[in-house]
Amino acid sequence: MTLLLIQALSGLSHAATLFLVASGLSIIFGVTRIVNFAHGSLYMLGAYLAYSLSQFLMAKLGAPLGFWTGIALAAATVGLIGAAMELLLLRRIYQAAELFQLLATFGVVLVVQDAVLAIWGREDLLSPRAPGFKGAVEIVGQRFPQYHLLLIALGPVVLAALWWLFHRTRWGTLVRAATEDREMTGALGVNQRWLFTSVVVLGSVLAGLGGALQIPNEAVNLQMDVSIVVEAFAVVVIGGMGSILGAFLAALLVGEISAFGVLLFPKLTLVLTFLVMAVVLVIRPYGLLGRPFATSTAPARGSGMHLHGTTPRLRLAGVALLAALALLPAFAGEYAQLLVTEIVILALFAASLHFILSIGGLVSFGHAAWFGAGAYTSALLATRLGVPMAGGLLAAPLAAGALALLVGWFCTRLTGVYLAMLTLAFAQILWSVAFQSSWTGGDNGILGVWPSVWVGSAVRYYYLTLLLCAASALVLRRAAFAPFGYALRAARDSPLRAEATGIDTRRRQWLGFGLAGAFAGLAGALYAFHKGSVFPNVLSIPQSIDGLVMVLLGGLDAMSGPLAGTAVYHLLQTEIMRSTQYWRAVLGGVILLLVLVFPQGIVGSLQRMLGGEEVKG
Amino acid sequence: MRMRSWAFVVGLLALPLAAADNKPIVIGEISSYSTVPAFTVPYRNGWQMAVEEINAAGGLLGGRKLEVISRDDGGKPDDATRHAQELISSQRADLLAGTFLSNVGLAVSDIALRNKVLFVAAEPLTDALVWDKGNRYTFRLRPSTYMQAAMLAEEAAKLPAKTWATVAPNYEYGQSAVANFKELLKARRPDVEFVAEQWPALGKLDAGATIQALAAAKPEAIFNVTFGADLTKFVREGNLRGLFEGRAVVSMLTGEPEYLDPLKDETPRGWIVTGYPWDQIKGASHQRFLQAYEKRYGETPRLGSVVGYTTFMAIADAIRKAGSTDTEKLIGTLRGLKVETVFGPVTFRALDQQSTLGAFVGRLDLKDGRGVMVEWRYADGKDYMPPDAVVRKRRPPEAMR
Repeated sequence: MTLLLIQALSGLSHAATLFLVASGLSIIFGVTRIVNFAHGSLYMLGAYLAYSLSQFLMAKLGAPLGFWTGIALAAATVGLIGAAMELLLLRRIYQAAELFQLLATFGVVLVVQDAVLAIWGREDLLSPRAPGFKGAVEIVGQRFPQYHLLLIALGPVVLAALWWLFHRTRWGTLVRAATEDREMTGALGVNQRWLFTSVVVLGSVLAGLGGALQIPNEAVNLQMDVSIVVEAFAVVVIGGMGSILGAFLAALLVGEISAFGVLLFPKLTLVLTFLVMAVVLVIRPYGLLGRPFATSTAPARGSGMHLHGTTPRLRLAGVALLAALALLPAFAGEYAQLLVTEIVILALFAASLHFILSIGGLVSFGHAAWFGAGAYTSALLATRLGVPMAGGLLAAPLAAGALALLVGWFCTRLTGVYLAMLTLAFAQILWSVAFQSSWTGGDNGILGVWPSVWVGSAVRYYYLTLLLCAASALVLRRAAFAPFGYALRAARDSPLRAEATGIDTRRRQWLGFGLAGAFAGLAGALYAFHKGSVFPNVLSIPQSIDGLVMVLLGGLDAMSGPLAGTAVYHLLQTEIMRSTQYWRAVLGGVILLLVLVFPQGIVGSLQRMLGGEEVKG
Repeated sequence: MRMRSWAFVVGLLALPLAAADNKPIVIGEISSYSTVPAFTVPYRNGWQMAVEEINAAGGLLGGRKLEVISRDDGGKPDDATRHAQELISSQRADLLAGTFLSNVGLAVSDIALRNKVLFVAAEPLTDALVWDKGNRYTFRLRPSTYMQAAMLAEEAAKLPAKTWATVAPNYEYGQSAVANFKELLKARRPDVEFVAEQWPALGKLDAGATIQALAAAKPEAIFNVTFGADLTKFVREGNLRGLFEGRAVVSMLTGEPEYLDPLKDETPRGWIVTGYPWDQIKGASHQRFLQAYEKRYGETPRLGSVVGYTTFMAIADAIRKAGSTDTEKLIGTLRGLKVETVFGPVTFRALDQQSTLGAFVGRLDLKDGRGVMVEWRYADGKDYMPPDAVVRKRRPPEAMR
C-alpha cells in the first residue's frame, strides 16, 4: 500500500514535467498547426540555460534567489528564442503546405544540437540540488524528495494559470477562436501574425520552463531534446491536440502508467506510452478531449494537390535520367556505385511515403515501420531459415504490406496528426521489440545478410536495385493516375463529396496505406542486402523523419519530388558528414535555406519558377 | 641514345617504387563523434597523440608516415558501413580501426570480413564481437562486457549480501552484463538470490519509480549497469530516497572518468566499480602518458583517451613487427602479439583476438566535491576470461582458422 502511494506520487511528479512541455506543444499546434519538432530543442535549451544562469546568479545573488531567478530567466530566454524562430523562419513559410513547417523545425533541431554542443561542451552537467528543496520528507515511512512535491504542486498551478489566460483574457479568447477555426478568425479581422508570434512565445516559455525545472533531477545532456519530444507528442495526442486540460489528463495518465509499469512490466517501459496512445486513439480518434478542427479549404501549393501528369518533356527527362543511371557504373568507382545504390533504395522508400502522403493525404510519422519490417523479414529469413535473397525480396513487401494493412485498418480511421502519431506509435512498438528482444538480435542486429552470388558484385547489385526501384516507381506512378489514385485524391480533397459519389473512401485509403507499406518493405529488403546487416535503427523515428525530410524537400506536387529530395538530402548528409565535425549544424542550415528558397519543395518550386509543365493531372 | 632510354625506363620503374616507399600507411577510423562526444572526443585525442608520436619518431616501415582518415558514424551502424566501404574502396585504407557503440563495431566487423580487411575495434563492449559473431579479421582492445562483469562478480562474491537486485538498460549491453554477472556470481556463491530486476529503457530511466520498485524488494545489494544520463538521475534520486544506505552497490564502468565526473558531489561512497583512477596510477609509462596528454590537450585524460592511444600504438606495433601492411601478415602477427601499454603488458589472444587489457576495480569515494576511486587494484584482463573450451564453442570455427 505504501509502495503504491509513493509510486503514484512519483508518477505525478513525472506528469508535471510532461505537462509543461506538452501544453506548450499543444498550444503552438492548436493555433499555428505547426508540428514543432524543435519543441524538444527548446526544452533542452531551457535546461542548459538554467544550468548556466543559475550557476552564475547563485554566485552573485546567493543560493535561493540566484537559483530561482536563473530558472525564470532561462524560461524567458527560451521564449525569446521561440520568438526569433517564429519571426525569422516560420512566419515566412505559413503559406506553404502544413507539413512543410515540420521540415523547418527539423532544421532547427539539427542546428540547436550542434550549437549546444559548441557552447556547453560534451559532458553531462549536473546542477546542485534546488535550494530550499534539497532533502526528502517522510511519507508513510518512505523518503520522498521535496523537489518532487514542488513539481507535483506546480502542475495544477500552471494548468490554472493557462486556464485563466485562455478564458479570462481577450488574447486567450482569440487564441481559442483561432484554434477552433483559424480562417474564420482571420476573416473577422484578427491580426494573425501577432497572435501566432505570441502563441509560439508562450509555448516556448513553457518548454523552456519544463527543461529548466528538470535540472535538479538530472544532469543536462545532449540527448534531452530527442528523449522528451516524442513523449510530449504522445501526451498531446492522447489529450487531444490543442486541449490544455486534455494535455494535463494525458500527462497524468502517462506519468502514472509509466510509474506503475515499472512495478508490473519492468521490461516494457518503453512501449507502454505508445500502447496507451494506440489504445486511446483507437477508441477516441481525437484523443481524450480533442475535437476535429475545421480543415483548411484552400490547400496551399506544394501540398500535393497540384500533382502534374506526364508531358512528353517529362517523359523524356525520365528516360534520360534512367539512361544516365544505367550508364553510371561505366564512369563511377565502387564507392560512388554503393552511394547511388543507397540513394535509389531510399528514393523508393521516399516515393512510397510520398504516395501515401501526397496522393492519399495521409500523414505518416512511422513509415520506417514498413521499411524496417521489410529489412527484418528478409534478414531473418536469410539468416534463420537460409532463404535465398530472391525469396527475401519477395517476402519482404508481402510481409510489410500485410502489416501495413493490419495497422492501417486502425490508422485510416483517424485523420491528420492523430493518424501520424498512431503510425508513429506502431513504429515505436516495432522498434522497441527489435531493440530489446533477443530473437531479432536486439541492438546487436543481424549480421551477414549479403546478396546471392549472382548479384554479389557492387555493379550487379546496383542494376538489380535500379531495375526493381524503377519498376516500383512506375507502378506507384501508374497507381497515382489510375482510377484508384483519383479516388484516393478525391477522398483527400473532399471526403464528403467522394463518399456521395459512391467511393468507399476509407477502403481506398486503407488499400493505399497497404500499397505504400509494401513498397517501403521492398526498399527495406533491398537496403538490408545492400548493407549486409540490419539494426533496429531501420525502424527508428530518425528513419521515419529522414523519409519525411526527403519527401518534403523534393516537394509533394511532383512524382519526381522524392527522387530529387532523396538525392539532395542523402548526398548532402554523406558529404557534409565526411568533411566537418559540425555536420548537423551545416545540414540543418542547408535545410533551412532550402525551405526558405524552395517553399514548395525543390521540384515543385523549380517547376513553378520555370513556368512550364503546368498540366493538371 | 640507348643508354638514355634505358635510364628513362629505369627512372619510370623507380618512380612508383620510390613513391610507394614514402606512401603513408592509411588507417580508416570510424567512431560516434557527434552522438557521444563525451566519450569519443577524448578517445580521438588519444589516438591523435599516438599518431603524432609515431610519426615524430620517423613513422613505420622505413619512414612511412601513419595517416588516419577519420569518419563520424552519427551513432548509426548504416552510416558506419558506408564509411567503412568508402575508406576501403576510395581511400584505399590499409586497415580499419575504432568504433564506440557495440552495434557499430559489429557492423564494421562484418564489412571487414566481407572485404577481407583488418579491423581493430577500440571501444565496443559486446561479447558478440569476438565470440558469437567474431571473425578472423576483427580484433578488440577494450575489456568486454563479460570481463568487466567477471571482475565485479569476483568482488561481489566477497560481500556478505545474499539477496541481490539488478538495474540495467534494456538492450544488449545491459542484458548481457546482467546475465554474465548472475551466472558468475552464482558460480562463486550458490547461496545468493536475485530478488528484483529493473530494465529501464536506455536514456529514459524513470528514476523515482524505478528506485522505489528496487527498494520495495529489500535487496541487500544492487548490481547497476545504467550509465550516462540515466546513471546521474539514478544516483541523485537514489541518494535522496536513501536507496544506497546500508546497501552494497556494484556498478559497471562507473569509475571511468567519463561517467564519474558528472556525478560531482552526488558520487555515492563505497560503490564497487570498474574504472580508471587516472590521478593515482604511478607506473612510469602511465605517468609519461598522463603528462604528455595534459601538455598536449590542457585537460586530464579519460578512459577513452587511453583506449584511443593504446589501440593505435598496438596497431603500430603490429605493423612494425609484421614488416608489412598486408592483412594476412598483420592477422598472423596480431594473434598472440604482446604490446606494452600504459596499463602494462597486454596480449592479443590468438584464441579469440581479444586483448587482455584490464580495468581498475575499486570503491568510489568523495573528495573535494568530486568522485574518486579508492582501494583500487588493476584487474588484468587475462584472469577474467572464460575457459578456452567455452570460447571455442561460442566462436565460429571459420574465425579461428
